[in-house]
Amino acid sequence: MASLNVLVAVSLAYVALLFGVAFLAERAGMRGRAGWLLRSPLVYTLSLSIYCTAWTFYGAVGYAARSGLEYVTIYLGPSLVMVGWWWVLRRLVRIGRSHKVTSIADLISSRYGKSNGLAIVVTLMAVIGVTPYIALQLQSVTASLSIFAAGGLAGSSDDGAAQAAGFWIAVGLALFTVLFGTRNLNVNERQHGVVIAVAVEAVVKLIALLAVGAFVVWGIAGGVAETLARIDASDLGIWEMDGSRWAGLTFVSAAAFLCLPRMFQVMVVENDDERHLQIASWAFPLYLMLMSLFVVPIAVIGLDLLPAGSNPDFFVLSLPLSQGQDGLAMLSFLGGFSSATSMVIVATLALSTMVSNHVVMPVFLHLQQGGATQSGDVRHVVIMARRLSILTIIALGYIYYQISGGSSALAAIGLISFAGVAQFLPAMLGGIFWRGATGVGALVGLGIGFAVWVFTMLLPSFGPGAALSVSTFETGLWGIGWLRPQALFGIEGLDPTVHAVFWSLLLNAAGFVLVSLVTFPQPLERLQGAQFVNVFEHSGQTRGWQASVAESEDLMIMTQRILGAREAQRLFQMAAEAQGRAGYLPEPTAVFLQQLERELAGSVGGATAHAMISQIVGGAAVSVQDLLAVADESAQMLEYSNQLEAKSRELSRTAAQLREANNKLMMLSDQKDAFLSQISHELRTPMTSIRAFSEILRDTDGLGPMEKSKYANIIHVEAIRLTRLLDDLLDLSVLENGQVTLNQQTGRLVDLLDHAVATAEVSEARPITFRRRRLEETVMLHTDLDRLSQVFINLITNAQKYCGSDAPELRIEVSRPEGAVLVDFIDNGSGIPPESRDVMFEKFNRIGAEDGSGAGLGLAICREIMARLGGDVRYLEGTGGTAFRVTLPQSQAVAAQ
Amino acid sequence: MGKHVLLVEDEMNIVEAIRFLLSREGWQVDTHSDGTSALDVIRARKPDLVVLDVMLPGKSGFDILEELRGSDETADLPVLMLTARGQSRDREMAEKAGVSRFMTKPFSNTEVLTAVRDLLYVHGQRT
Repeated sequence: MASLNVLVAVSLAYVALLFGVAFLAERAGMRGRAGWLLRSPLVYTLSLSIYCTAWTFYGAVGYAARSGLEYVTIYLGPSLVMVGWWWVLRRLVRIGRSHKVTSIADLISSRYGKSNGLAIVVTLMAVIGVTPYIALQLQSVTASLSIFAAGGLAGSSDDGAAQAAGFWIAVGLALFTVLFGTRNLNVNERQHGVVIAVAVEAVVKLIALLAVGAFVVWGIAGGVAETLARIDASDLGIWEMDGSRWAGLTFVSAAAFLCLPRMFQVMVVENDDERHLQIASWAFPLYLMLMSLFVVPIAVIGLDLLPAGSNPDFFVLSLPLSQGQDGLAMLSFLGGFSSATSMVIVATLALSTMVSNHVVMPVFLHLQQGGATQSGDVRHVVIMARRLSILTIIALGYIYYQISGGSSALAAIGLISFAGVAQFLPAMLGGIFWRGATGVGALVGLGIGFAVWVFTMLLPSFGPGAALSVSTFETGLWGIGWLRPQALFGIEGLDPTVHAVFWSLLLNAAGFVLVSLVTFPQPLERLQGAQFVNVFEHSGQTRGWQASVAESEDLMIMTQRILGAREAQRLFQMAAEAQGRAGYLPEPTAVFLQQLERELAGSVGGATAHAMISQIVGGAAVSVQDLLAVADESAQMLEYSNQLEAKSRELSRTAAQLREANNKLMMLSDQKDAFLSQISHELRTPMTSIRAFSEILRDTDGLGPMEKSKYANIIHVEAIRLTRLLDDLLDLSVLENGQVTLNQQTGRLVDLLDHAVATAEVSEARPITFRRRRLEETVMLHTDLDRLSQVFINLITNAQKYCGSDAPELRIEVSRPEGAVLVDFIDNGSGIPPESRDVMFEKFNRIGAEDGSGAGLGLAICREIMARLGGDVRYLEGTGGTAFRVTLPQSQAVAAQ
Repeated sequence: MGKHVLLVEDEMNIVEAIRFLLSREGWQVDTHSDGTSALDVIRARKPDLVVLDVMLPGKSGFDILEELRGSDETADLPVLMLTARGQSRDREMAEKAGVSRFMTKPFSNTEVLTAVRDLLYVHGQRT
């Protein structure tokens, strides 16, 4: 009888062997050798055998011993999928390869618009669903150890040691997975070494089971006929079949086969060639058949030979032990060990990929904010995240195993797990066959299905009173009768497993479909949906980036079109040289294609470049990254459009400004018309007198000398008026255009005023009395004295002309507040009415000019001159008469001598 | 029989010239230089013809003309309008207001006399 130590030693040796195999395979794979083996349909088929875990290896016999042929459903489901649903598998594999899908969570999230929320939900559900399964493997290995140690009887004194061994097994599995699953970070998450190890284990477990079976049939029973006779005689032969359970279990097995993360890993992610599916579609059912061949004989003989109370789950182990076949038992143990370890390794690997890709990395990147650009750093983080995930998942499995205490039958735990992951089925199948499926629908379906599964299957599995109270079982959740976990909606009498599967998947699918129908997919989701559903139209042949020289020519032609012949030839020649090839046509390796894509992207944009290369090289249909790139370009378009909108706004602003300017021009034009009309009037009026009187003088005979003289004088006066008008107009025009050059001089204010008064007195006949205080006028000025004098003359003549008083007076007052110089001209007339004060400085506004002697330009000229001199002239109110104030700035006053 | 002409004009030299021309023909010439009171003067003196300037202090010749045409008493009164602005728009406005004859300053004496004669006699016969 082998001791526990021997077993542990053998196990370790076996693990070391697997390690070696995996290592060699990995190395061979890296060097491109042994591809025929590594990428063979045989290895692919054998890797699928991780479906057969310790549950099937040990548990099938127990299942048969308890429930007869029902165990067959576990094999039937996958076989039906492989044979009858190969087209679903083919579609999954095609999508997985063309979209570089890394896990089932990735598949579902990619399909529904790269929804990370969905990926997290699927990941968490998978972890929760698979954890019991991992626990189951640990339990079976530990139990098999203790049985071995006890010589075929469970529950021996060595149990404690076996428990301790369970812990170390968990640790060992974690190490193995970490070592092989995270040695390098492949883009496509493929692990050749692990796959080969799994294949080897598949062979070991098949041989072990067949050996035990053969020993039982021929060694114990004594031949096929005797075995059949024993079966007929046993209770198993007359077991009744429950139709709903059969259908339900077959369905769940089939669904789990498609949805289990580890199955997805080996079937889709690790698939090298779609054609392998063709062989696997018959080879894998054959494998399953061989695995199930001796289940019933072992169960029947075990029930016969072993003492009552022996755990039928371990007949495969205990039967050889009871017959003293230690070697066979050892082989059997290794078979079970293989089943358990391969499952744990691949499942953990698949789950850790999901956890690190969809949970840890998004969180990390979010926290980093742009850390993704440091690629080396992120790779390191990914690997660390994956290792931690692996340790965590195996730890979870171990904790579950410790808590559940290994009490339940293996098959029951397996079924719970199956039903849990089967919840992915509606979202997955809907995603690849139905374009109308939406992410919200998937989320709702998954949520409902998962909740129902937890309530009707996972929680009840701990037994009444454990997770759910006894009253919940009897009267329903919160006392609601139709919320009883094993009789939802009042439907009783169903087998609990069938009940749970039925309701969870029905509500899951219904929620998924209904919500999908009433929600609209996001744009990216719609694109992905079309890509997934029409994967065969999009992807053509799955060649990946393997391409021929003919494609290099096509690439060359395309590149020439975009970059021009010389640039394209230079690019291709350099690439060919880099590859060590002569000529212009390099091997279209992934590296070269990436380089080419970058070059083209510079000209036509990234997404377009990728699409063009894809068209020629084929294989790689538009991936999520491509779509994101397209989305980016769309965002750029959006930005352009925003810019255009801004431009358009700017244009309308400009248009408004132009309209305003136009209005201003129209106003100016109106003003010009009015001005011309005024000028016309002012010119024509004296002209009229001149013409009329000159005609009178010419045509009239017998005019007296008095009349002749009078009329000639009128002509003379009007001619002078006309001349002055023209002078004023020109003067004003020069002043308004700012073309005037100031002649700065220094002089005394008193002299200027003297000159102005003298000029006015000479030019105008009408006398006016001046009142001045000459002392105040002794101010030195530095300014254009001629212009200032012009202003003074204007103001004085205005007073002479328009002061209505009988004894006209003009006071001239000078003051110096704060250094400025103010000169006021105040007459004793009646003043100017307030309404006219604003307009009198405008051109042609003659206030009270009844004698027609002025054109109304005088004040306008004064205003312009004072503006040029930096001062101003304005009407002075509150003096009684008409008063004007001329203001000169301080700067023009020179300190008195 | 001397026809009675009322001259409404604010430019004294022009008044002097037109008065000389018309008086020499034997017509009685009255003058008025303010726009505001022009209407009352016309109604009071009932001239056979009004020679009306456009730019008058207080009220424009156009307004005076419109009011003359608006009243039955003076609707048919011949009005010779003189303007120094000389824009075509003014002519249109004057014709719209019902002017009998429109002339732009500066005018030739003969033209004025012919126009006044036409208005006094042709117009007078018609009414």
